[in-house]
Amino acid sequence: MHELAVTESILEIALRHASQQNARRITDLFIVMGAWSSTVDDSVQFYWEMISEGTLAQGAQLHFRRIPTRLECKSCGHSYQPDGRQLQCPNCQSLQVKVKTGEEFYLEAIEVETEPGDAKTNLQKSSQSL
Amino acid sequence: MTQRIPIVEKILSANDRLAIENRARFDAAGVFTLNVMASPGAGKTSLIEKTVSALKGSLRIGMINGDIATSLDADRAAAAGAAAVQINTGGDCHLDAVMLQAALPQLDLARLDLIIVENVGNLVCPAEFQLGTHKSVLVASIPEGDDKPYKYPGMYRGVDAVVINKIDLLPYVPFRREFFKNGIEVLNPGVTQFELSCRTGEGLPAWLAWLVAQVSSTRQNSVSGHLAS
Repeated sequence: MHELAVTESILEIALRHASQQNARRITDLFIVMGAWSSTVDDSVQFYWEMISEGTLAQGAQLHFRRIPTRLECKSCGHSYQPDGRQLQCPNCQSLQVKVKTGEEFYLEAIEVETEPGDAKTNLQKSSQSL
Repeated sequence: MTQRIPIVEKILSANDRLAIENRARFDAAGVFTLNVMASPGAGKTSLIEKTVSALKGSLRIGMINGDIATSLDADRAAAAGAAAVQINTGGDCHLDAVMLQAALPQLDLARLDLIIVENVGNLVCPAEFQLGTHKSVLVASIPEGDDKPYKYPGMYRGVDAVVINKIDLLPYVPFRREFFKNGIEVLNPGVTQFELSCRTGEGLPAWLAWLVAQVSSTRQNSVSGHLAS
């Protein structure tokens, strides 16, 4: 339900980095989401088409990399994916557990088209599009 | 020419930056701020009401309430003796640092000791948005069921304290206490917990004592900060 705010934030970060590089157009965005980050990629996609319109990022493709939750037991070292019914270590029942992956939530990279030539002109174009 | 630009920037970093600004304002004013989160009906407003009634003689309390519509909860806090401000999120399922910042001018921060922010009732979205408050607390309640830490790990991971409300209902509702507690322990090892009932008052003194201690330590830090500068 908070995907509009999330999508706006993705757009803001992408446009800022693209204009720093004098990009003409953003073609691809690579988003990393852990299973525990509680964001729905379909909803992000839905909002993306609405809010990217008229910007450098219009028509850009969103790529989502989902990272499953992985826990590691601090007592016996067992590494496992929780099944939703149990969080503690299934091997030794310890509660001393470290979250190794699953909480990621960041924009990893973007791909942009740049024009070789006058950097200043490109920058003006980018800021107009913003 | 296509070029890949590596970024690795946290999504919602803009919100996080504003949260840091909010915190700086609270620190400058020497006011302790608390973000209260829970599902709808867990007892956020009841806990705030009880807290305000018990502490209003010794602390100057402000309350900021986030709700999708209506000011019913802010009205209850105001009736209990807090300076209350209502934020209607207009459909948004959480408060964020921007909404909080916009509400702050309605409170005289320097004349308050404690500000309680009541977030929108929801166990998913509020966990993602830092507000800049000093501490955050999750109000869980017995009738919600013992599986909530397992279903909403993000919420349980990020908080500084868990209040387990409605313990007077334990004899009537199936609730595996150990299962619930084990989930919390994995997600947030050693987190401060309070078991209480807003209805009977059982367990409230420990919660109030914790809160008062947080308020005094913020005030002391602020005073020593002013002396040092």
